[in-house]
Amino acid sequence: MRPVFFVLSFLVVMGLAFWAYRENYATQAALREMTQLQNEIASLREALTLQRAEWAYLNRPERLRELATLNFDRLGLLPLEPVQFGAAAQVSYPAPTILPGMEGFPDIDAPVAVTGQTDSETGAGNAASSVDGQFP
Amino acid sequence: MIRTPLRPLARILSARQKGENPDTIERENLRLRHEEIRDKSRARAEVRLLFLSLGFLAAFATIGARMGLLAATEPMEPRTAAAGAEIVATRADITDRNGRILATNMQTYSLYAQPKDMVDPGRVARELAKIFPEIDPVALERRLTDGRSFLWIRRVMSPEQMQRVHEIGDPGLLFGPREMRLYPNGQLAAHVLGGASFGAEGVSSAEVIGTAGIEKALDARLRDPAQSGTPLALSIDLTLQATIEEVLATGKTMLNAKGAAAILMDVRTGEILSLASLPAFDPNDRPNPLVKGDPGDSPLFNRAVQGVYELGSTFKIFTVANALNLGLVEMETMVDANAPKRWGRFTIKEFQNKNYGPLLSVEDVIVKSSNVGTANLALMIGAERQAAFFQSLGFFQPTTIELVEAPGARPIVPKRWPDITTITTSYGHGISASPMHLAVAYAAIANGGVMVTPTLLQGGVPQNGPRVMSEETARDSVNMLRSVVAQGTATLSDVPGYQVAGKTGTAEKPNAQGGYDTDKVVNTFASLFPADDPKYVLVVTLDEPVETSGSEPRRTAGWTAVPVAGEIIRRTAPLMGLRPVVEPPPVDELTAVSN
Repeated sequence: MRPVFFVLSFLVVMGLAFWAYRENYATQAALREMTQLQNEIASLREALTLQRAEWAYLNRPERLRELATLNFDRLGLLPLEPVQFGAAAQVSYPAPTILPGMEGFPDIDAPVAVTGQTDSETGAGNAASSVDGQFP
Repeated sequence: MIRTPLRPLARILSARQKGENPDTIERENLRLRHEEIRDKSRARAEVRLLFLSLGFLAAFATIGARMGLLAATEPMEPRTAAAGAEIVATRADITDRNGRILATNMQTYSLYAQPKDMVDPGRVARELAKIFPEIDPVALERRLTDGRSFLWIRRVMSPEQMQRVHEIGDPGLLFGPREMRLYPNGQLAAHVLGGASFGAEGVSSAEVIGTAGIEKALDARLRDPAQSGTPLALSIDLTLQATIEEVLATGKTMLNAKGAAAILMDVRTGEILSLASLPAFDPNDRPNPLVKGDPGDSPLFNRAVQGVYELGSTFKIFTVANALNLGLVEMETMVDANAPKRWGRFTIKEFQNKNYGPLLSVEDVIVKSSNVGTANLALMIGAERQAAFFQSLGFFQPTTIELVEAPGARPIVPKRWPDITTITTSYGHGISASPMHLAVAYAAIANGGVMVTPTLLQGGVPQNGPRVMSEETARDSVNMLRSVVAQGTATLSDVPGYQVAGKTGTAEKPNAQGGYDTDKVVNTFASLFPADDPKYVLVVTLDEPVETSGSEPRRTAGWTAVPVAGEIIRRTAPLMGLRPVVEPPPVDELTAVSN
């Protein structure tokens, strides 16, 4: 029994040693990769800062103003004026489009006949006026 | 182990035969046994002590070795910690209120030399002079060969220049990384930003420190590593700033002014939306301060904050507001405005020696800008109450705006307040303040009588400062200022739909002889809009403008600062999302006609 125990514990020790060895190298590899990633992040951030600076430089109001002037015939951009404010009520709605096949659609102002109403629903008698009820 | 008996029978018997005491044998044997036991336990204790001392030795050796190691090695950042601030740019960015970049950092390189490693100093000096025109090759060669081991050549350079230096190929030329402050918008908001330069410099890094403006005033915040990732958001709006600087520059050129300044401020939060001062400079390449002459002529001079001027008639509204607030007069009260007014040996005259009197209503005193009417109101108020009112409006202290120049711009106030001082300060003479002071005081009128603290930082909330006048007084004052624009001296700034209200001010500049130059004036127009619910205050100041379209040069604010301010409002109000209000046409009035 005892020799078996010795052999087993030896094997366990060897196994643990192998595991620790592998873990050690894996940790070192992970640290190296992280350093590399951090360097990459730093350089990307630097590039990002530079690109943001360049974006700001290219979008500086002075340059945009010059570009708007140069391209006036194409863009027609002018400084915002007070008269350009308007009320929603001033917006004209587009004319209704007549879809093909709907040319025969009745005029909305024309009177329509309503069916399915009984005398009791429409009130006393007087059916002629209510059945022909016109929608103004 | 064979145990020796204490009383061996053989020895006992023989001892008995010899007539000896057998107990002696027993005691002897007992003694021997005790000695044996003692020796054994001593040996065991010695072994234990040995192990214990070895253990202590190992422990102390470990601790000592660790301490030695810690003391001897270079400090290192923990690599396993989460990546974060340490790799972010060191100095925080500055943005406008909408997040558009006003100042950021750029990675460049500095150039230094180690002449000991240099192969051919003469050639290096000549080649460097070709790349950098400001370098004198002879002087540089002398410095490279005088035995020193280290020499800075350039603080920053462009990538192209760096490549050309690389191509010289001398091992004695070395590069150190540098974080450089960059202002992508050039001259825009130059006086707000100020500028930055290098502080302590090393080969591998250099600290960037602010030299002026908000860069210096908030240097600690911008350098704080904990906040380096969050940009500092200013209350400045880049679009408004660009528009105002453009209009102001045009006005300055057209009116031949020496300088110009404008401040646009939110009357409730105290946020400065735009602060412009012309002439401006490029903070990327900040010029050196003037060593001789008037520092006020330098482009570095911030006229809006540092420029302390007599602001003239713009002060009249404070006198009138004070009188209304004290209940001395009403808007319709008639006051004596008979010009010229004699006071001791002084004569108070009106513009162009006019006489608006003998009586004017309080409102007309403002609309016609009557010096005499204001002076009489001031005499009704009295020196003490007038000085106290000016003090409550902040005219006795420098402004607290976040610029390093602000604490130095102390208003010039009279030391004593005799009656003549009461009279002159009532229409803005004998008291000098910066346009920023004026903007703050007008903001108090505009927001219903509450003082606000001006700020350049975004995120302002409506301030609840000390009340300096009643809401009714503030409303009456705004109405009077509206009349100035609608029918008084400032009609050129009446932008349709925005109900501009304001007051002009023309002050002659004091000269070196102690008098006043009649052809050198500072024109100011302080305005607020829209009058029915004032949201913004705009102060425009022009230094020595002259309007020459007429037959004779005109130097009053109504012809110079007012049209510039009107154009600024016309351009900026839509940008701020202010919808023009269609004002009802005036009610038909009965017109007296004779037939």
